[in-house]
Amino acid sequence: MRFVRRAWILAWKDLTIEWRAKETLNSLFFFALLLIFLFQFALGPDRERLSAALPGLLWLGFILSGLLGLGRTFVVERENDCWEALLLAPGDKSAIYVGKLAGNLLLMLVVEAMLLVLFGVFFNLDLVPVLPALAVVIGLGTVGFAAIGTLFAAMTSQVRARELLFPVLLLPVQVPVLLATVKATEAVLLGEPLGAVAHWLKLLVAADVVYVAVSVLTFDFVLEG
Amino acid sequence: MIRGLGAVTVLALAAGLVAGLGLAPREATQGNVQRIMYLHVPSVWVAYLAFAVVFVASIAYLAKRADAADRLAHASAEVGVVFTGITIATGSIWGKPTWGTWWTWDARLTSVSILFVMYLGYLLLRGMIDDRERGARYAAVLGIVAAFNIPLVHFSVIWWRTLHQPPSLMKPGPGMPLVIVTVLLVNFVAFSLLYAYFVVKRVHLLRREAEAAS
Repeated sequence: MRFVRRAWILAWKDLTIEWRAKETLNSLFFFALLLIFLFQFALGPDRERLSAALPGLLWLGFILSGLLGLGRTFVVERENDCWEALLLAPGDKSAIYVGKLAGNLLLMLVVEAMLLVLFGVFFNLDLVPVLPALAVVIGLGTVGFAAIGTLFAAMTSQVRARELLFPVLLLPVQVPVLLATVKATEAVLLGEPLGAVAHWLKLLVAADVVYVAVSVLTFDFVLEG
Repeated sequence: MIRGLGAVTVLALAAGLVAGLGLAPREATQGNVQRIMYLHVPSVWVAYLAFAVVFVASIAYLAKRADAADRLAHASAEVGVVFTGITIATGSIWGKPTWGTWWTWDARLTSVSILFVMYLGYLLLRGMIDDRERGARYAAVLGIVAAFNIPLVHFSVIWWRTLHQPPSLMKPGPGMPLVIVTVLLVNFVAFSLLYAYFVVKRVHLLRREAEAAS
């Protein structure tokens, strides 16, 4: 119970900072808008071609904005020696991981919701009927992405060339999640039931469980110094 | 001791080469190109062996904090990346005359190349951390994450591809002649020895480096 409380306090602190400054969220919203423009310009206005590439583009958008957002997870702790305070906090260090993960999950889900709306508007999609199924796929994929992203953000936050190393480490590891989510999103957008992509959903669940478990178990070692 | 291992490795590799080029029969449909298998398949075996060693050594490092375990993980990852590269290169060379293309998103090619970039990132992380102890810790965490990721990569890539095309042509059928199996086995032993030699040599060098730095 104390574990949950401590994780919650940390997540609440991060969310409050984000809510008051809206630093990450504002920039990510703008970034998402730019991405939509970029996709349109790169692929041309041809609707047929765009709709074929849509699931991939959607996840590309999620991942690119996720890279920017997740990479900043521990940046806020560098000011005023907050990092030292985190290290000195008593009890199980993995509560810090769970707190950071919860904050990141919420942030990413908000950004993804914004991107979905933008996609709906700019690509003229009617997403409402497929929204419940899409939410399942996006939720499962985001947990896997944020789980490893939070762990790697902690690892790279103390390293030089941090903003370079973070995507280079994260992207290869995320290939299974990317493949699974793109395939599942493709099926969902075509109006297929979730049962048709059950194997991908199982893979996502397995990835989520493995990533969160490994991260919780190894986070202590990352935060030692 | 290291020199002895090196000598045995050279002999084994020579035997493997002679067996692969001379003893093994010319494949009926693919011709001599097929002989690259005697290099290709042992390479990928060494790559997976190397990454398994990285995994075990990483856990050992986090549990015991022994520098020897860290050096073993480091050396094994380097050798693993090299052999993954050899696997991709030989596969590509075999693919050009057989499939008519240097590169295709075949399930195995894809998963091996993902392993390649994953462990390249691992080496990159090691290179970017100046503090040795912290570098060892972070690398160990990444080594564990990467190992758990291997089965996920494997299944996702297989499902991704086989929904569209039949699995790789490289499947060793049950009807493989005994000569081919034997030649392959000789090369497996030779490549495993080569792996051991490289790792022992590299660990030795890393230890010397650490001694010189301290």
